Amino acid sequence: MTVLGGVPRWVAALAALGALFVVLPLAAMITRVNWAEFLPLITSESSVAALLLSLRTSLAATALCVVFGVPMALVLARARFRGQKILRALVLLPLVLPPVVGGIALLYTFGRRGLIGQSLEVLGVTIAFSTTAVVLAQTFVALPFLVLSLEGALRTVGTRYEAVGATLGAGPTTVLRRITLPLVFPALLSGAVLSFARALGEFGATLTFAGSLQGTTRTLPLEIYLQRETSPDTAVALSLVLVVVAVIVVGFAHQAGSSGLRGGAIR
Amino acid sequence: MKTTTASAALFLALGLALAGCASNAETAEPAEPSATTDALEGTITVFAAASLKGTFTELADDFEAANPGTTVELNFAGSSDLVTQITEGAPADVFASADEKNMAKVTDAALAEGEPVDFATNVLEIAVPPGNPAGIESFADLAGSDAKVVVCAPAVPCGAATAAVETATGVDITPVSEESSVTDVLGKVVSGEADAGLVYVTDVIAAGDAVEGIEFDESDEAVNTYPVVALKDSAAPDVAQAFVDYIASEAGQKVLADAGFGTP
Repeated sequence: MTVLGGVPRWVAALAALGALFVVLPLAAMITRVNWAEFLPLITSESSVAALLLSLRTSLAATALCVVFGVPMALVLARARFRGQKILRALVLLPLVLPPVVGGIALLYTFGRRGLIGQSLEVLGVTIAFSTTAVVLAQTFVALPFLVLSLEGALRTVGTRYEAVGATLGAGPTTVLRRITLPLVFPALLSGAVLSFARALGEFGATLTFAGSLQGTTRTLPLEIYLQRETSPDTAVALSLVLVVVAVIVVGFAHQAGSSGLRGGAIR
Repeated sequence: MKTTTASAALFLALGLALAGCASNAETAEPAEPSATTDALEGTITVFAAASLKGTFTELADDFEAANPGTTVELNFAGSSDLVTQITEGAPADVFASADEKNMAKVTDAALAEGEPVDFATNVLEIAVPPGNPAGIESFADLAGSDAKVVVCAPAVPCGAATAAVETATGVDITPVSEESSVTDVLGKVVSGEADAGLVYVTDVIAAGDAVEGIEFDESDEAVNTYPVVALKDSAAPDVAQAFVDYIASEAGQKVLADAGFGTP
């Protein structure tokens, strides 16, 4: 039984068209999967190396996003200072920048001749062509996802409980640990999952900044891009793997997000 | 009831818009193929390998100037990308590939009109950042030293050429990165991230002062041949064929030679 719930039919029709636009290409891709060869294709040495590298770097990037993103969201949501709006816009910039632009920017920062890279080089630290470069690229593009979802949740939850906690004698760190973070934990979780998904899909910045070497910098999207050249079947098979991972991740984030809404309802 | 009318109107509008596209596409085709005059007329779309960007842009301009009434649209990408686009039905009239393997995919799919013509060759050259910080002097220097060397992945034409030279010379390069395109290799050298990269002679010339080129004799071990062919189902087959002929002509060959391409 379908209930339109007051949504005009033409709106529903447009919505259906929009959904079709998203789903149809994925379905079209599935029709091209070589099922007979599917397992050997996705378990080949290069495919496995790319998948493991992708998972490893994306987890590291997610950890960095949490470590730096949570404080950023707290500052943006709670503190008041000059230039706050500009800062927020800047922090969210990677969300709208083409990833290749991010890659170029990172190159001029952490590259061998970059702003910071030059000094690091002197200290014997080389980021270029290393797995670290991949993690940096992924963190750069994924960070805004965490900041954005957490900041929104912090504003929704409000400061009432925090104020009460403070009047009862809790210090700022105790309030953060015992009140604020538990309140926004679902949003933090969904933000982290989204960051992970974004990191997993990162392509442009990695290609521009980190290079492409099996086991070191060639993540799954880069492997797909390369395999297209010689083995479209492998590219399609690996694409499907990435789609499945993405569907699981988005589903999980959605779950966490909706429980977050319920959590927010205790106000 | 009101909503139904609205949605019907919307679908009608959508349908009209689509029909509009279709009829536009039809009128873009030559209206009177029966008018057999000597003057060439029509628009062709040329799909050309990324390494041909500079030369084909110039060749297209020259061709248009020599044949008023013709328009040459250019689409540059990696050869295998172009092949995928063509086999998936992209409207192309001419295909110029950076290697014979990708051209074979098009001829095998029976999409070519006639036989491909080899029109240029290209060999590898070492590109280093200005000043050659790692002091690379020969192909053998690319192995062994601590220099950061970037090459193309074996899956792409420039990488296949690199692998061929490595096999022929017994020099085993340990690259820090295997890029998906020669442009990416060049980018890593230009930015100074890499100490050396293996690219085509033409890339070094096109990059100007941004890189220094180091030729090496062993590059003869892997000569890339560029074929070009007119494609079937062209809206302007005579213009397409004329453009292919122009590339092989003396004037066309001069443009290519100036850019560093060899003659096949």
